[in-house]
Amino acid sequence: MRLKCLALAGAVAFVLGGTHLASAGPTLDAVKSRGAVKCGVNTGLAGFSLPDSQGKWTGIDADGCRVVAAAVLGDATKVQFVPLNAQQRFTALQSGEVDILYRNTTWTLTRDASQGLEFAGVNFYDGQGFLVPNSLGVKSALELDGATVCVQPGTTTELNLADYFRTHNMKLQTVVIEALDQLLQAFEQGRCQVYTTDKSGLAASLANDLSNPGDYTILPETISKEPLGPAVRRGDDEWFTIVKWSLYAQLEAEEAGITSKNVDEQKASSQSPTVQRLLGVQGDMGKQLGIDNAWAYNIVKQVGNYGEMYDRNVGPSTPLKLPRGQNALWNAGGLMYGIPVR
Amino acid sequence: MATAGLSAQRTGGLGAAWRNPRVRGIIYQIVVVGLLAALIAFLVNNTITNLAIRQIRTGYDFLAQQAGFNIGEHVIPFAPSDSYGRAIVVGFLNTLKVSILGIIIASAIGVLMGIARLSSNWLLAKVAMVYIEIVRNIPLLLQLFFWYAIISQLLPNPRDALVPVPGFALSKMGLQMPALIYDPGQTPLVIIFLISMIAAYFYYRWARRRQAATGREPKLLLPIIGLIVLPTLVAYLVLGAPLHFDVPTFTRFNYQGGTSITPEFLALLVGLSIYTGSFIAENVRSGILGVPWGQSEASSALGLRRGQQMRLVVLPQALRIIVPPTTSQYLNLTKNSSLAVAIGYPDLLSVTNTTLNQTGQAIECISIMMGIYLVISLAISLFMNWYNKRVALVER
Ligand SMILES: N[C@@H](CCC(=O)N[C@@H](CS)C(=O)NCC(=O)O)C(=O)O
Repeated sequence: MRLKCLALAGAVAFVLGGTHLASAGPTLDAVKSRGAVKCGVNTGLAGFSLPDSQGKWTGIDADGCRVVAAAVLGDATKVQFVPLNAQQRFTALQSGEVDILYRNTTWTLTRDASQGLEFAGVNFYDGQGFLVPNSLGVKSALELDGATVCVQPGTTTELNLADYFRTHNMKLQTVVIEALDQLLQAFEQGRCQVYTTDKSGLAASLANDLSNPGDYTILPETISKEPLGPAVRRGDDEWFTIVKWSLYAQLEAEEAGITSKNVDEQKASSQSPTVQRLLGVQGDMGKQLGIDNAWAYNIVKQVGNYGEMYDRNVGPSTPLKLPRGQNALWNAGGLMYGIPVR
Repeated sequence: MATAGLSAQRTGGLGAAWRNPRVRGIIYQIVVVGLLAALIAFLVNNTITNLAIRQIRTGYDFLAQQAGFNIGEHVIPFAPSDSYGRAIVVGFLNTLKVSILGIIIASAIGVLMGIARLSSNWLLAKVAMVYIEIVRNIPLLLQLFFWYAIISQLLPNPRDALVPVPGFALSKMGLQMPALIYDPGQTPLVIIFLISMIAAYFYYRWARRRQAATGREPKLLLPIIGLIVLPTLVAYLVLGAPLHFDVPTFTRFNYQGGTSITPEFLALLVGLSIYTGSFIAENVRSGILGVPWGQSEASSALGLRRGQQMRLVVLPQALRIIVPPTTSQYLNLTKNSSLAVAIGYPDLLSVTNTTLNQTGQAIECISIMMGIYLVISLAISLFMNWYNKRVALVER
């Protein structure tokens, strides 16, 4: 892993050296001629991207990749998943190893402005939390003065952690291990008393990684804002726009009540101009993006609207049991706000 | 050939020069160097252009910015408000710490096991053989996971820490120990101690020279210990310097204060030493076997005991064979210490990688890392070359 990361970083120089002669918008061309979207995902995070027993990737991030493939290639299965850890992810995107990074990645100014990438939206609003064993007898994060905390490197998590302890004048000890399974093992064996990451990540580890999930509690505090979303390479506006609008199309579909079940019926008989535009019955929305006019129809038909995708992967009926909360649509008390497709 | 000859005649001097292998060689070299330079210039230029197009930040000024992350253990003070530059220095010192200690311990293990493997004691020889064969043939990374798991599995939680002596606590968090707090009142003691060390060294040299001159061996151990300990002790009793210790005390979760040896450091040190020790043991064995048997027989005929034969006759000659391959083992150990990242010891690679990730400045961070590893390796090589010259056979 570590070596791969180094090799990737080393490769950046050369790939950067090689590609600048290509025309603007090379990613769409490359994806079309390859017939697949290369998508960087988490190596294994339940609800976000995790291979199931048949080796099929599941999760809201994995589905995000499929949404783009459905929009661009008309086939949601045309995705090559590239599992990446926290340290490798940006280098992999910069060096062209993946076309999109869909890996529970937090949108921050530094990443957006100076690392050669651009965030195309938010597919999950999250925040950082703490997981502690019940035996520790802690009820609030403010009691953690002097505790040893396990955290993954190269994340916003480790920065927020240091900020939080600094702000509250608490003494911090950390154990920093790159591989999540090794880190969680150290946590389970008691090398550290606290594990911290995005709350969705804590829920995923409780659902999937820890052997006695009943022995742990997530503390009430949320210490940061973690808007997670897809990122693409900077400088390819065409591709950036497609990824951005694929996500909006899902939100618009949910708002308009279009689901994977009723999309054919809606396409055939809906009189709503919004629905007609979105599904390509009227107008040339897809063509303006440089892709098929049935782009949004394909997305909803093959992957579903945002709500369906949420419920299937992380919602209350899944092992993660996450309520919609901030991720509800704007007109239902949440932050998810689709930009008009017109 | 004939056409070449003809054209050579026509073009005169130029063709003649081309047929001269020396001139041709020089021309080839100029062409190759020129192409290489052009390629490098092309790559550098393209990289810079592309970094600019993608708006990836470049340059080394990030080194002065606040790092913002915590580092688990550090030789010099470090807080998240310190700079990336300081963070990298902390990582560098952590690499040095584990490498230097590892080299010392691996050498000790290597010499002992190398000799043991040649021992006439069957059990000892077999034990050494099993150690070498097992350890050499299992990937180091697995061994590190093994030691790390053992340490964090076996030791108790900090609440039930083992306290062998008051002030010392052994738990999953490592070994916590009291730290001596420096007080200006201790300065005279430190100076006296240093002077005693120097005096002891000169006594040792005098004793050796005297032995060479007279053949009689003056007493060594007692006088040297006396020279080192007594003056400081007397000075302490007379002057009475203030000694303060920062003793670890248990707070709600952990022992705080004092100094500590972390499980990550311990696992890495043990893993590297045991692994590299097995290779050094083989070097030692081949070195000893490389000294003709006659040397042992001759020294035995002179009345030297087994231990003396080894120490005075065989090992000094074996060193010539042992040192060069052992130098590469030292370099390996230092480079292997970068596996630290897998078990959470904040070494140079781990800290620089984190910096790379937080800043996104891959090229800068990798160049820093390569530069530092190169310097460490060159320093070890230079030292070992110097040492090798010293032990090399002086032919008369
Ligand atoms: N959202 C944060 C954290 C992302 C992150 O890497 N989280 C960890 C903990 S949930 C993770 O996904 N680990 C999985 C792995 O490394 O396999 C960021 O973008 O920096």
